[in-house]
Amino acid sequence: MIPHAELPDSDDYLHRVRPPRWANPAPQPRYDLVVIGGGPAGQSAALLAAQSGHRVALIERAELGGNSLNAGSIPSKVLVRSGRAYEAIANSQRCGGPPCVPPPADFRAVMQRMRAIRGRIAERYSAARLTDMGIDVFFGQAEFAGPSLIQVQALNLHFTKALIATGSSPMGADIPGLQSTGYLTSTALFQLDRLPRRLAIIGGGPLGCEMAQAFAHFGSRVTILQDQPKFLPCEERDAAELLSLSLARSGVEIRLNTTIAAVRRENSEKLIDAESAGDRYTLAVDEILVSVGRRGNSSALQIAAAGVVRHADGRIETDDFLRTSNPAVYAAGDVCMRHRFVNVAEASAEIAVRNALLQAEMSHYAIVAPRCTYCDPEIAHIGMHIWDAHRQSIPVHTYTILMQDVDRAITDGRDEGFLKIHVRAGTDQIIGASIVASRASEMINEMAIIMHAKVGMRALAQIKHTYPSQSDAIRLAARAYTAAHAHARR
Amino acid sequence: MSAPEAADDIADELLIDRLQQAAFGYFLDYRQDSSGLIADTSRPASPCSIAVVGFALSCYPIAVERGWITRDEAATLILKTLQFFWDSDQGGRPNSSGYRGFYYHFLDMHTGRRVWGCELSLIDTALLLAGALTAAAYFDGEARESHIRRLASGLVDRVEWPWALNGGDTLAQGWKPETGFLHYGWEGYNEATLLYVLAMGSSANLLPPTCFTNWTATYQWENLLGIDTLYSGPLFTHLFSHAWIDFRQIRDPFMRQVQSDYFQNTQSAIAVQREYAARNPRGFTGYSRTLWGISAGDGPANATALSPRDQRHFGYMARGAPFGPDDGTLCPWAMLAALPFAPAAALMGTRHLLARYPQVCVHERFVSGFNPSVVVQGSPWLSEGWYGLDQGLLVMMIENFRSGLIWKLAGQSSVLRAGLQAAGFQGGWLNP
Repeated sequence: MIPHAELPDSDDYLHRVRPPRWANPAPQPRYDLVVIGGGPAGQSAALLAAQSGHRVALIERAELGGNSLNAGSIPSKVLVRSGRAYEAIANSQRCGGPPCVPPPADFRAVMQRMRAIRGRIAERYSAARLTDMGIDVFFGQAEFAGPSLIQVQALNLHFTKALIATGSSPMGADIPGLQSTGYLTSTALFQLDRLPRRLAIIGGGPLGCEMAQAFAHFGSRVTILQDQPKFLPCEERDAAELLSLSLARSGVEIRLNTTIAAVRRENSEKLIDAESAGDRYTLAVDEILVSVGRRGNSSALQIAAAGVVRHADGRIETDDFLRTSNPAVYAAGDVCMRHRFVNVAEASAEIAVRNALLQAEMSHYAIVAPRCTYCDPEIAHIGMHIWDAHRQSIPVHTYTILMQDVDRAITDGRDEGFLKIHVRAGTDQIIGASIVASRASEMINEMAIIMHAKVGMRALAQIKHTYPSQSDAIRLAARAYTAAHAHARR
Repeated sequence: MSAPEAADDIADELLIDRLQQAAFGYFLDYRQDSSGLIADTSRPASPCSIAVVGFALSCYPIAVERGWITRDEAATLILKTLQFFWDSDQGGRPNSSGYRGFYYHFLDMHTGRRVWGCELSLIDTALLLAGALTAAAYFDGEARESHIRRLASGLVDRVEWPWALNGGDTLAQGWKPETGFLHYGWEGYNEATLLYVLAMGSSANLLPPTCFTNWTATYQWENLLGIDTLYSGPLFTHLFSHAWIDFRQIRDPFMRQVQSDYFQNTQSAIAVQREYAARNPRGFTGYSRTLWGISAGDGPANATALSPRDQRHFGYMARGAPFGPDDGTLCPWAMLAALPFAPAAALMGTRHLLARYPQVCVHERFVSGFNPSVVVQGSPWLSEGWYGLDQGLLVMMIENFRSGLIWKLAGQSSVLRAGLQAAGFQGGWLNP
């Protein structure tokens, strides 16, 4: 762990993402590209456009870095790491260590570390770095005032092309009493300074699961309440069930098929009236985290003035080339993409810029990006799921290696999970992969390279891996493929 | 307690005959005389499980053929049972017996009404009706026997399958009068093939023809431990539908595509279980290529403190291999229930089990579960009493191995044949 003293304090963070005495520059007569939003999509777009010699303005209404830096990927991963540190103390005996009772969590120190790390990473997204690249940075709420005009803080920014990259925000839940009782979203969660003794998480999405496990490791009693019948509905059954068992081992209680009738406050407690699989009960907690999905940030943009269309959930409507209904206005990232991940946001932003400014004709459907839920074990995926293949009538044969058969996973004492590689039946073409493993977030990147390079299962079987290593599971899956086909040929 | 004496001394046929008869005896020992309802377990105050009744209805013809009861006695038992269900309260109220032709999972043994606030269960209703159809196919005579057929037909025809779609494209799994439909998120292969076949075979309440393929769209053909298989973890999921339907050489579109059939797939599932038990990654006591059988069964809940490993234990639960959950609990009946699919492995495993852990067979009836990794007062943890489902499955699977009787009877059912054909099954005995 980096000593706290060496880390920038929160003032550095603010100076980087929202400099307190910032003065917006005088706008240039016309910009080649005006980017609305300073998160991963907006910054990628602005940098690519500036690097290719275009006049670029970037507008941010709050803090640079977007949800990822400020209330998403980065702070959540810091908490996940701290949670694992407490978990490692509790389970040191598994690796031959002495029996240990973990001390009570120093939650303040955990959050201080989170803020310090966030401040450090913020440098990469800072206003200073953008202006150094020749990008005009404006802080304030952007509003379209015409098909090629955006206003911010009473300044007129005329554009040839514009990109909406305003990201997304956590959705609330339409539950009687929730608003008046009070609840946390992911944004508010990272501002806590005291560990809740009992935490209810409404919704079982990736961030909810990560935080459930981390807070359980800190000592909170965590209950996930999810209306869906299947835990992690976007993951395949075996992965979701395995993680469900793992969370249960961490002390997280998962209640599926649960509807919440009302939320109310009694004294210092928050009471949730719920029904799970026909049983009605009341759950008493100290804090409620709502993690039920996100909606696109587009309501304040006055997009009608530019002739841009958006959906009821805030998503901006685009064509395959990320062009909105105004041919001069593009969109990228969470505000328009189905998959709301940083790598998808950045990839879509680059596609939008190339299409808008560099005469490219690239479809966002070409994006094949890995993703991961950073619970323990991690769940990572790339490419097609089985149901995607069925929908497209693609016959699939899956090759599975259990981590309990991977030597490095055994020596690490981390042998829960599996690797599945989905292959188009009758060929050795890889169309997708799912990994549940302690290092799935790293292993899936090898699958990304393999799929990008169109390496087939036969060639993959010949690629040497370090031994022992967890990623050797990938080679073992390819060997299972060649063994099965050698058998078929005999 | 009496385990079979030195198992090696007993011929296979004699051994399985004794175990089959003892298993059947459960239905005589734990039935309600007036209604024919059968207790879920042998434990005091156990309610009736409608699924266990379905197994019992299928086992009575076996008992007649084996000479354990007379045809007349069997017909009497079946008539009482079917008449009870025909006359039972179908009002769908919290204390009714059923609704829209479906039945609540658990019923009071004496009143026949819903207990435990349980769900109206589709899969358990299907098991009950499969039993009724099997009995109807066997009793082909006049008078009382024709009444059996009329009652069975009436029970099947009055099930409102389309209602159970709940507006979706696959069947819901349950319903409660207090809260409406339940959906447990079935994905991938499981024991529901029989449910879909029965539902698709209904001539009175037609389901859309895509219903079955919508469900199989979640299947995953997978090379697992070096074995090609349509995975489902608990062994019973590979056995329940097969207790009635002979899946040899009949194939639905999915199996045609992967060039296999569900019978072969159960053989693969058994091979996966044996390979997993041989590798024994969690180091559970007893697991080996000759001792396996990970399925749904009773287990040592709250026994963590007794285990030397960092391992949670579960009570009654569907356990599976290799993805889990697995806490070292084995179902001692499961290997023998696999007899039609892997006779040598089933017999070798069962003999090994009886020699090493004779206590799992109480009065020649297998208990629901045991866990050699959890030692209680010097002995492996052992489930108390018996579960009706285990006994019924065992009786039927042994019979299918010995004579194929249930497969033949079910194959005569026009409902099951029509259901298989509607689901897209072709080939083998289904061909004209």
